Formats: sequence, structure tokens, C-alpha cells
Amino acid sequence: MKRKWVSTLLIHLLAWSLALIWIVPFFGLLMTSIRPLSEVIYGWWRFEEFNPTLSNFVKAWNHPTAPLSQGMRNSLAVAIPATVVPIFIASIAAYGLARFTFPLKNYLFLTIVALMTLPIQMIAIPIFKLMKDLRLLNTFLGLVTVHSAWGIPWILFFMRNYFTTLPIEVEESARVDGASDLVIFLRIVLPMCVPALVSAAVLQFMWVWSDFFLALILIYSPSKLLATQRIPLMRGVYHVDWGVLSAGAVLVMIVPVMIFAFLQRYYIKGMVGWTLK
Amino acid sequence: MARVKEKISRSLFIIPALALLATFVVYPVASTIYLSFATGDPPFPANYWAVLSSREIIDARGFVRGFPLGALLHNFLWMLIHLPLTTFLGLVLAIIVRNVRGSGVIKSSIFLGMVIPMIVGGVIIRFMFDKDAGVVNAVLGLLGLTTRSWTAHPESALLALIFGSVWLWTGFSMILYSAGLSTIPRDYYEAAMVDGATPVRMFFSITLPLLKPITTVIVTMTILWELKIFDIVYVATLGGPGGASNVLALQMYFYAFRQFDLNRASVVATILMFLTLAAAIPMITSVIRRERR
Repeated sequence: MKRKWVSTLLIHLLAWSLALIWIVPFFGLLMTSIRPLSEVIYGWWRFEEFNPTLSNFVKAWNHPTAPLSQGMRNSLAVAIPATVVPIFIASIAAYGLARFTFPLKNYLFLTIVALMTLPIQMIAIPIFKLMKDLRLLNTFLGLVTVHSAWGIPWILFFMRNYFTTLPIEVEESARVDGASDLVIFLRIVLPMCVPALVSAAVLQFMWVWSDFFLALILIYSPSKLLATQRIPLMRGVYHVDWGVLSAGAVLVMIVPVMIFAFLQRYYIKGMVGWTLK
Repeated sequence: MARVKEKISRSLFIIPALALLATFVVYPVASTIYLSFATGDPPFPANYWAVLSSREIIDARGFVRGFPLGALLHNFLWMLIHLPLTTFLGLVLAIIVRNVRGSGVIKSSIFLGMVIPMIVGGVIIRFMFDKDAGVVNAVLGLLGLTTRSWTAHPESALLALIFGSVWLWTGFSMILYSAGLSTIPRDYYEAAMVDGATPVRMFFSITLPLLKPITTVIVTMTILWELKIFDIVYVATLGGPGGASNVLALQMYFYAFRQFDLNRASVVATILMFLTLAAAIPMITSVIRRERR
């Protein structure tokens, strides 16, 4: 009995110290962001002097060449539509694939699964040219469009899997009552899918917010740069100004971290759901 | 007549998605493949040969002299170290954490690396390997080992990024393994215990076989991530010093948007696509098998 008690204690100790090790770099980032550079240049773990200040955040927010205030606004202006649009378009298509019959339906599904594995570099050059021809280069509309298209395969796959688990009887009885396919989808099916839609929205929003590559190739005027694009610009010229850089990093990560904190259940369900199902 | 109308209205469900995909994904993919072959020289091997024999992609001299080894080999090295480490660590963590109080908090703090933008992950990696301000060197210093800015030296830049990315990614396999473990019914273990099985025996005869499907998913997703790695390298080292931490996705970006060599860039992208497709085959076939059922 005593041995069991000891092993329980040991496993708690091990688990908690591992979590501590994992969190240390984040703690360091936070400490560096709230202290003057002179205090952290030889290590944020030294606490002989400790004068917390928000000046790094103010500097990052109003950075002379890459103000994050603007970057965060731009990122929101891209991430919100780039979440709503593909979720609607992909959900309605997913319902079609789950419930109706089409010629070549299986091949279509296979193609969509294969598209999920594509590296984004595979579309970079033609997308750049296409956006230039459409005069959508360096516009949020262009970036939102590409993100929407890029998000469709996985959202479609995820929602289709969800739809196939729903009982078909409700929809059939509505059809007998004379409701059209679209009405059934909007009035009956969608309300039943709110948890899945939230999961998809959380993951898609985080992906768009965190994206760097697409923004890098499609958005270039200084006032339009997204938040993630501004991070590499905050490094400082002659030496790395860790204070401002880490304050900027904290600001950019705070959005996905808060979403994860509040909607964790949906995030995990989304991630596990579309890989595990 | 009603049938035709129904067919039309039903196809309207999928047409917007297909149109977007065709214009902004499928057409660009086809166009990139075309560009990768298009050249004045005899078409097939010319571009591919030029790219594969360039030092940026494969640099065999590296085996004698050290880094750089070329972007392709760097990606392979990334897989070689990162894949077994994160998969194994994730499994171990998932098992350790299972019966611990406050496992939610522990899991969240390990998973945090997955939640943040990878561009921030790259900043933190660079920061923790910094000579004076970095926590890795503080620990090494305590142990009496050499301290240096690990990402600034060609022989250690790539390895620093790889180990940093292990820290970021382990949460992924831990979360999926945790989910997998929770689906194994407790009765299996109880029955095995009645039969007098040891914990080790139970692990190898019950836990591990039942985790096989989730392992396929974890391994596939991890390989895809390792092949597509970009942001971390861009912000931490920009592939340097001297190409010592370059990777395929970054090299594609350099070819396309710094040197404007679209053919070479398309070749690198296409190679990357074939690698990701090959890696995803087990997952795709398991999806198809499930559809047949």
C-alpha cells in the first residue's frame, strides 16, 4: 500500500516538473517583455533588479516601422472573413457530398482528401500571377479569397464526417412535409451542427491568424502588413532588441492563446475529430 | 422535369466550393507542375536535374565538411530527429499525465507550443538558444558546458531549430495519444489484470496495438509538418548562416520571390508535393477503406 503511495507521488512530481520545463520558454518571453532590456540582457532569470514596465508593449504597439496596432487590426480584417466565408461554402458543399449522389462523387472526395496534404508552396507562384491579373495583389480581398479556397478541403472533410453521423430521419420527415433541400440544410441541419461549426471556426481562424507565408507573398505595402509579418521586422537593426521583439510576440500570440483558453473543448474536438474519425 | 430541377438545385450545393477550389487551388497546382517541366531544353529531366544537382538542394560535400547539407537533406534530418522524438515523448507524456491531478493544466501548458503562431515559435527558439539571454545556455552553463548563440553557427543552427521544434510540436502527439488512450475500455485492463498480466505486458498487448490507428495519423501529420516547415526557419535564421539551416519550403521562396527563377521554384514545390503525397498515402488509403465500409 505504501509503495503505491510513493509511486503516485513520484508520477505527480514527474508530470508537474515536465509541464514546468515546457512552460519555461514562455515564461522567459513574458518576463523579457515586461522588463527593461538592461535587466534581461544577461538573462531574464536574474531578479537582483526587477522593475516591471509596459514600455516594451507601448513600443511594439507604436513601433516606428512596423506598428502592431495596425498589424493586429489588419489581421482581424483578414481572419474574420477568411473564417466565415469558407465555413459557409464548405459546409453547404459537405452536406451535398454527405447526402446527395453525384457522378464521380468518390473521386471528388478522394481529390479533396489529397488536397488537404498539399504544401502551400505548390500554389504560390500561380496565385501571385493570378492575383496580379485580377488586381487583387496587396489587397485583403485577395488574401481572404486565397485563404477561403485553401481552407475548403479540410473544413469540407471535417463537416462531411460530422453530417454523416447525424440521423437522417429528421431530414426525411421534413422532406415529406415539403421542405426544400436548402431549407432543410439551413433550418434543420445547421442548427444541429453548431458545435462542429465552432470547432471548424476556431481552427480556421487560428490558421489564418497564424499564417505567414501567404501574407508574405501577397501583401507588401507597409501599412497593410499583417501582425505575423511585422514580427521579423521588429528585431532591431544592429542588435536584437529582445524587449520589443518579445512584447510583439506576446501580443501576436495572445489572440490564439485566449481563443484556446476559452474554446479549448472545441479546438481539441476539431483537431482530434478530423484526424481520428 | 422535377428530377432535373432537383439535380440542378442539388448541384448548387457543391458548385461554389468546387469553383473556388478549381480556380485558386487546382489550377495553380497544375500550373506549377507545368512550370516545373517547362523549359527550352528537352523537357523532362532538365529542370529537375538542375535543381537536384544544385548545392542549395543537395550538397554532398556536407558529409565531409559539415553543414550545409542542402535543403532536401536538412528536411530529411529534421524528420529523422523530430519524428521519433515527438512521437515517443508524446506517448510517454500522455501515459504519465493520465492519472495525475490537474492533468488538464499540464496538458495545456505542453500543448501551448501548438497554439501559438509558428512565427512566434521561431522567435522563442532563437531567444532560448541566445548566448547571454537564452535559457538553454543558462542550463548548459550550470552544467559547465560551452555556451554560445546556437542558431548563429553553421554546425549547430539546424540542430537548434530541430530541437526547438520538438519542444513546440510534442503537445500535438500528446493530445492525440491522450484522446486515443481514453477510447480504450477499462474492462480490457481489468480482464488482463484478472489473468495476472503485468503492466508491461498490458502495455505491449493492449495499449500499443489499440493505439496503432492514431499512431498512423500522428506520424503522417508530423511528417507533413516537418516537410512544410517554413515560418520557424524564416524568423529564426532565414536559412543561415550560409544556408546551414535552409529547408525546401524556404528555398522555394528564395527561388521564386528573391531570384525570380520560377522554373526552379516550381520544381522544388513539386518535389515537396510528391513527398507530402507519399507521406500521406497510409492516411488516404485508410480514409478510402473507411468509406468502403
